[in-house]
Amino acid sequence: MGTLAFDIAHLLAGGLLLVSFMMIYQDRMFALLHVFAFHAVVLSLSVAWQAYNQGAPHLYVTAAIALVFKAAIIPIALRRIVKQLGVHREVETVVGVGVTMLAGIGLSALSIVLMLRVTAHADAFAREDLAFALSVVLLGLLMMVTRRNAVSQVVGFMSLENGLILAAAGAKGMPLVVEISVAFSVLIAFIVIGVFLFRIRERFDSVDVTAIDDYREVHR
Amino acid sequence: MSAVEFELLVAAVLLVLGPVAVFLRRMSWVSSFIYASSGGLCALIASVGAARLVARTGDSGLTLPLGLPWIGSHFQFDALTAFFLVILGIGGAVVSLYGIGYGRHEHDPMRVLAFYPSFLGAMTLVLLAADAFTFLLSWEVMSLLSWALVLTHHQETNTRTAGYVYLVMAGFGTMALLLAFGLLAGSDGHYAFDTMRGAVRSPTLAAVILGLMLLGAGSKAGLVPLHVWLPLAHPAAPSHVSALMSAVMTKVAIYGFIRVVFDLLGPSAWWASPVVILMGALTAVFGILLAMMERDLKRALAYSTIENIGVIFAALGLAMAFRANGLTAAAALAFTAALFHVFNHMVFKSLLFMGAGSVLTATGTRDLDQLGGLIHRMPITSFLVLVGAVAISALPPLNGFASEWLMFQAVLMSPAIPQDALQLMIPAAGGLLALAAALAAAAFVRIYGIGFLGRARSPAAQTAVDVDRFSLMAMGTMAVLCVLAGILPGMVIDAISPVAKAVLGGQLPLQTHEAWFMIVPIAEGRSSYSGMLVLLFIAVSASGAAWAVHRFASHRLRRAPAWDCGFPDPTPATQYSAGGFAQPLRRVLGTNILGAREVVVMPEPGDPSPARLTVTVDDPIWHNIYSPMGAVVIYVATKMNGLQFLTIRRYLSLVFLLLIALLVGLMLWA
Repeated sequence: MGTLAFDIAHLLAGGLLLVSFMMIYQDRMFALLHVFAFHAVVLSLSVAWQAYNQGAPHLYVTAAIALVFKAAIIPIALRRIVKQLGVHREVETVVGVGVTMLAGIGLSALSIVLMLRVTAHADAFAREDLAFALSVVLLGLLMMVTRRNAVSQVVGFMSLENGLILAAAGAKGMPLVVEISVAFSVLIAFIVIGVFLFRIRERFDSVDVTAIDDYREVHR
Repeated sequence: MSAVEFELLVAAVLLVLGPVAVFLRRMSWVSSFIYASSGGLCALIASVGAARLVARTGDSGLTLPLGLPWIGSHFQFDALTAFFLVILGIGGAVVSLYGIGYGRHEHDPMRVLAFYPSFLGAMTLVLLAADAFTFLLSWEVMSLLSWALVLTHHQETNTRTAGYVYLVMAGFGTMALLLAFGLLAGSDGHYAFDTMRGAVRSPTLAAVILGLMLLGAGSKAGLVPLHVWLPLAHPAAPSHVSALMSAVMTKVAIYGFIRVVFDLLGPSAWWASPVVILMGALTAVFGILLAMMERDLKRALAYSTIENIGVIFAALGLAMAFRANGLTAAAALAFTAALFHVFNHMVFKSLLFMGAGSVLTATGTRDLDQLGGLIHRMPITSFLVLVGAVAISALPPLNGFASEWLMFQAVLMSPAIPQDALQLMIPAAGGLLALAAALAAAAFVRIYGIGFLGRARSPAAQTAVDVDRFSLMAMGTMAVLCVLAGILPGMVIDAISPVAKAVLGGQLPLQTHEAWFMIVPIAEGRSSYSGMLVLLFIAVSASGAAWAVHRFASHRLRRAPAWDCGFPDPTPATQYSAGGFAQPLRRVLGTNILGAREVVVMPEPGDPSPARLTVTVDDPIWHNIYSPMGAVVIYVATKMNGLQFLTIRRYLSLVFLLLIALLVGLMLWA
């Protein structure tokens, strides 16, 4: 990998991490969704760049999936859900944003120190890439843990998954990347549905959709 | 068809026979059919195994494309497997014969029939398995099927408790085995026994594997302190299943121990053997002391099983000690003694459990204090049980003496061992074993004296009648085996010698050419024993005495009431009770070891109520290890109960924190 190619890949991976931090900082729901879409765009750029560099055309598929589903369909769908269900437009956090940001910085430091130490013999780019990817994963988890709102938990989970795809795309010759990304997308769909069902059940003591309709009838 | 294919086929048929019984449940002949075919198949298993040992037919192996992908299931048939197949085959065949008669009295026969043949088949598979996965799978199937059999009379609370304790202990044992095989396989995952055998291991790793095997196989066999389930579960099952569990399944556990420790691990460090010897010797003493105190006939027999397992493990430990020092001949002697005792215990313990089953059928009780006088009502059963009791008490000329004698010969070889610690310890362990042998004799005098002699203590015992001819035939077969193995021990030793040769690389000298059916384990000048001569002597002297008594005394016989100490009260309660007979030993040994207590409650002056003597005997292991452990588990579980009602976010936080902790640990460690 040439110096320029390396630098660009590095930039994109670092950019993904930066966008993760932006997501942690957001406290408005629609802004969060916008940042998440941006996150997915950066990811798809990064994966496409890897595809170009490694000469691995199947990675373009992964990039396309990221772009179409995560940058477009899912944010739009989530936006509709938020609007229709009348969810609060503000993200309820457990601890303050500042503390979360500090914790995120700590996690990034942890993952970089750990990865550089564990993968001492690996190729230089793979090390950096894995360190970034692990940071993104941990930030995603952090977001899931520190937000009370279901939508932002789902967003956290999806950004976590972006980190996984970044790691898979960066490791040269890793088999089944496309399949894994597809499988994860399906999994996310289930998580989204699952979390909402769970929330609905918590609120209405039932997953029966008519319960929601009844609720709307009463409160009209 | 090679031997392993044949045995596998038989095992498969046995496994299928259980479900077949369910399909045939409406037929009136299903019980007899299942037991008869199980018995026949077991006889086939035994005969092929015996052919390997006596006619020295070859070993064979087989790999089937079942089980784990890319690995398959490996099976083998070698001398060690063949020996234990003989144990399983004989035990299974005779007990099934007994089952034809005994099974008729079963209240709900399908609860036994559906599992009984499959249980035999699973045990066969354990013996044939030649890779860790197949072994553990068959082991677990064996455990579960025996658990189902234990729960046959599930309406009784005690049985359910026994089943629960058994299930927990079986799970624990399998976990220990799983870890042991994991360590044996190493990080490369060589699951086949053949590749495990060649691997080089550090002594520490070998000792850890040995410890895990003691836990895993020991818990199934009943080593103290892992024995607590055995006196609960074995008696809870129907008697023929008790016989199988005590006589055969514990031997399968011993097979597992020998296979791993002697065959796969190879010679261990000398300091590993004292643990096994001491555990064995203590198990022997502890088990037989508890048997001495027990009122329940079948539980007493189960405790006696613990004693015999201890004896076998002590002999195996001796073999390990000799082998670690390259004393192959002495190791072969101890190993042969252990396997001989395995055979003997299978014979007489199944005989005794079948006898207990017959008593239970005839009287409906297992309480020794409700029995008595059975020798008049059930003469054949009583005689056969007497043979078994004499054999298990290690009295010549029966088989128990031959194997214990061999073992003490091995103990006497200990001065050849260079390590001082072992030289000091082995005679001490020998002393414990001798104590156990003496206590065993006392325990069986008690069981036989209280249960079968004297006068009947209950109407049930008074009206008992001898059992059906299948049961008597089965018990008779085992009694004949007791006598044959006692007077022809050379034949058994010669049959074991290919096993010792294959496992240890050494064997005892050929015995069958010795004059007078003598056995000479080391050299003529050192020690020799002939059961046949003892039998002849006993026969001649007893006939002489009988003749003399008859000649000089028989015509002076007169029938009169028994002398009643001057009290004209003929109640049978004035006889020795089971507790009374055990009292001297309970006071000498039981007070400290078993925490036996006697509480006398005297009524106030003027109060006409009777005085009461209450005796409590506890298993200290249960109180000191298992009860606190159970309390800790309950405490922790109660404390953690709150974890079941958290929100998603809190669960995620837990996972997240654990992940961070792991990553930090990895960072610090790497």
